[in-house]
Amino acid sequence: MMKRAKKAMGGAANRAAGGSSALFEQYCDPATDEIGPEGRKFLRTLHLMPINLCVLAVLLSLMLAVHAGVERFCSDINTDPSDRKVLLLAWKMRAKRMGFFSREEFQSGLTALKATTTAQIQRALPGLEEQVECNPDSFRDFCTFAFKYCLTEPSQKLIDIDTAVTMLAIVMPREPLMPRFCDFLKEQTEYKVINFDQWTSFLRFAQEVKPDLSNYRDEDAWPILLDNFVEWGRRNADRPIDFT
Amino acid sequence: MGDRRPIELEAGWGKMQMGVAKLKRILEGEDEPQFDADLYMQLYTIIYNMCTQKPPHDYSEQLYNRYRDVFCVYINESVIPALKDHREDRLLGELHRRWNNHQVMTRWLSRFFNYLDRYYISRHSLDSLSNVGLICFRDQVYSDVKRRARDALLTLIDKEREGEKIDNMLVKNVLDIYIRVGMETMDKYENDFEKDLLVATAAYYKRKAAVWVAEDSCPDYMLKAEACLRQEEERVGNYLHISTKPKLLEQVENEVLRVYQQQLLEKENSGVSALLRDDKKEDLGRMYRLFSRISGGLDPVAAAFRKHVEADGMTLVRDADAAAAAKKDAGKKKPMAGTGDDAEQSFVRQVVALHDKYRLYVEDCFSNASLFHKALKEAFEAFCNKQIAGATMAQLMADYCNTLLKKGGAEKLGDEAIGVMLDKVIKLLAYLNDKDLFAEFYRKRLSRRLLQDKIVEHHEMQVLAQLKAQCGAQFTGKMEGMVNDLQLARDNQQAFEEWCQGQANSGSVVDITVSVLTTGYWPSYKTLDLTLPQEMIDALSQFKGYYDDKTKNRKLQWIYSLGHVTIKFTPSDSADDNRTYDLMCSSTFHAAVLLQFNEAATLKVSDIQERLTLPVEDLSRVLHSLSGTKNKILLRLGDAKGPPTINDTYKINTDFKSTMRRIKIQLPVITDDKKKVVEDVSKERTHAVDAAIVRTMKSRKRLGLTQIISEVVQQLSKMFQADVRMIKKQVESLIDREYLKRDEDNPNMFLYLA
Repeated sequence: MMKRAKKAMGGAANRAAGGSSALFEQYCDPATDEIGPEGRKFLRTLHLMPINLCVLAVLLSLMLAVHAGVERFCSDINTDPSDRKVLLLAWKMRAKRMGFFSREEFQSGLTALKATTTAQIQRALPGLEEQVECNPDSFRDFCTFAFKYCLTEPSQKLIDIDTAVTMLAIVMPREPLMPRFCDFLKEQTEYKVINFDQWTSFLRFAQEVKPDLSNYRDEDAWPILLDNFVEWGRRNADRPIDFT
Repeated sequence: MGDRRPIELEAGWGKMQMGVAKLKRILEGEDEPQFDADLYMQLYTIIYNMCTQKPPHDYSEQLYNRYRDVFCVYINESVIPALKDHREDRLLGELHRRWNNHQVMTRWLSRFFNYLDRYYISRHSLDSLSNVGLICFRDQVYSDVKRRARDALLTLIDKEREGEKIDNMLVKNVLDIYIRVGMETMDKYENDFEKDLLVATAAYYKRKAAVWVAEDSCPDYMLKAEACLRQEEERVGNYLHISTKPKLLEQVENEVLRVYQQQLLEKENSGVSALLRDDKKEDLGRMYRLFSRISGGLDPVAAAFRKHVEADGMTLVRDADAAAAAKKDAGKKKPMAGTGDDAEQSFVRQVVALHDKYRLYVEDCFSNASLFHKALKEAFEAFCNKQIAGATMAQLMADYCNTLLKKGGAEKLGDEAIGVMLDKVIKLLAYLNDKDLFAEFYRKRLSRRLLQDKIVEHHEMQVLAQLKAQCGAQFTGKMEGMVNDLQLARDNQQAFEEWCQGQANSGSVVDITVSVLTTGYWPSYKTLDLTLPQEMIDALSQFKGYYDDKTKNRKLQWIYSLGHVTIKFTPSDSADDNRTYDLMCSSTFHAAVLLQFNEAATLKVSDIQERLTLPVEDLSRVLHSLSGTKNKILLRLGDAKGPPTINDTYKINTDFKSTMRRIKIQLPVITDDKKKVVEDVSKERTHAVDAAIVRTMKSRKRLGLTQIISEVVQQLSKMFQADVRMIKKQVESLIDREYLKRDEDNPNMFLYLA
């Protein structure tokens, strides 16, 4: 597969491909040809777990597994595996499965970053952050990716509240409405899962509605979840925000 | 005379002057004979000659001017002095006299000078002879006297308003002057008289109304107002010009009605709410008539009407609620659904009565005006959607209809009265928001009536027809299906019996009557897997044989709880005791249980339960109805009290005696779980909303949320009032299910995904 990949790409890409694929091989699991948190055995058990525990399991395993590829990779780029930058990388690579990077994903991501070494990757990370901060289209794309990244089962369309809250904190840490929304999500009981429409609508909501909710109009077609949020937010306007 | 010499001006004029002098004497009332034909001809001829003479003897122009001068001189000499010192009545009288004189004068003089009219005047486009006279009068007499005359007229009118009798004819005649001097227009009349009349009228009624409103009750005030308006109308008829009528009445309406409307309506003890409270229909009718004259005048009346009806309705609701709560507290058992006596049932009757009462008001007092129909509707909608002791109006209405429709349910009313009452109750359905809830309760009651054969067919058909007309065919589809099913069942039964006769073992099988119900139309019934005694199994399989013969691919599900069985019961085994009774059991369970005792006289409950595979609670109810009530077919062994338990043992009551040959064994009816009905309806509504959204989006392709909501609410309004939040939730659900999606360019719009 490596040879084919080399022949397919041209010139500088070839050099980069060569560089990135070498890098890939430093971390990948030869059995699966993927960078992942652990070997095949873990993979099987992952699928047996209830969905909402998967994320925690993944994150935990990332932190616990000593020789796991992803963990080593993260430490080599001086980034904590639960750091936002890792998610940004995953986004750049268009990774399909949470906690895993396939060869193509890894290589295309590094090509996009114009990096072949861990040092170069590390240097490219702030640029990634900036891109998402400053370019609204990129940010939207990133958020969309984040949602889909959480869908671990093939026909899954919804993510549970806990995952949503975790993801929101990673994806938009500086958004003033985010902590309150997360508080609300945890407190309310009407919805146990979030769908894609609600997720993207919150993104739009954060962009359009002021932090004091003063310009929210109820004749707009916000999802009921957000209508509930506004009602809750207005009722609890003077509550101190829980940052834990 | 043959004298062909032209008449000189002065000569001719001298002769005319004599005629004029004669005329003046006549006018002044002196003893002077009238003009005869001869003299008239003479005068006419002089003018004629003087006008037809060849110039310079054509004196047309001079004659024309002198004609005018005659009037002016006469007016100055006689008319004005005569009018000078008079006031009021005397002035008017004299003015009238002088006017009449003037007309006579004009008439005569214009006849004498008639030839001028023919050629000279028309050739030079001058004022006609009669107009000349009129203009002189106008400019000299009228302009001098008009103000004084006006004041005199207004004084008279004022007197008449205060009750004095005045000379109507005189006023009319004087006003005629005002009209006539305007020549082609009404200007003089309007500016010199009417304007001031309107102002005086307004001032007059302003004064009066202020006093009345302080002293009089609303009805009394209205009587006076009505009288005033009538009076002013008469006034117009008597002496004013017809064009004054609307303007005059407007003044009165303004000062008497518009200004004080609110004060009147809100008068304590006599305002509109008091009138409604005290059923003062005549006064209310008057109020309607009066205030319909002012634009927007009826709005506050309609609003007060609505408030009153709503308050009455709410009182009924509260009283019924309190009565039901009190009964519950007192510990009395809630009567079975269907008896007409409890507070909830009488509540429906009272609502019907209230509706009748106020509809009559709208028809009689408020002249069937749509504004008041609307007020009535809104009032009823406000309180008809409240709950009484936890039961919705929908349920109460369905229960009441059940009472009326059940055979023997409302005997004291009489057939026609029942029909009338049903019609009224169904009409109330229009005010209910939850029409589909009513339909569901009604359907459940209908099914019970049909299966117990307690229907009066023409009433049922009447109601179904009315519901169909009021709410659409979809509303009554299932109900009609149910009625149909039973009609078909009757025909089917006959065919079945004929088929049985053709079968080999027809004699040995128990008689069975089967009604096949179409599942979709009927409410869902609990099905129990009952193990029947052999005799019954044989009967069922016989029917199954017939049915399979007749139809293909149909599955029969037996509902034992709805069946009833007649069992021949012989208590004693001994040959000389031949007591037998016919037990009319209200369910198949009874039969199943009793037939067990054919094999053993005593049985343990646990045994019975095992053999029949009947749940314990159902078995316990059956056993209780056979042993714990008046007719003890079975006896419980031991001293146990309370409901039957699994450890009890029962035996046949061999000493059973009854004076009646046929004995009814009833299972107590379980009242409908209304929570379940509400739940079912809720689920149906979710589907209905989904369907409505999809239907709307399919045809419109792209719509905003508010439009979707209004479309859906409108589509479903015949069944129920769709909740905005629920619609929004279903839209989101449809997005999830990929029927719709949000428009990326405008996230407040939704697109239909084919």
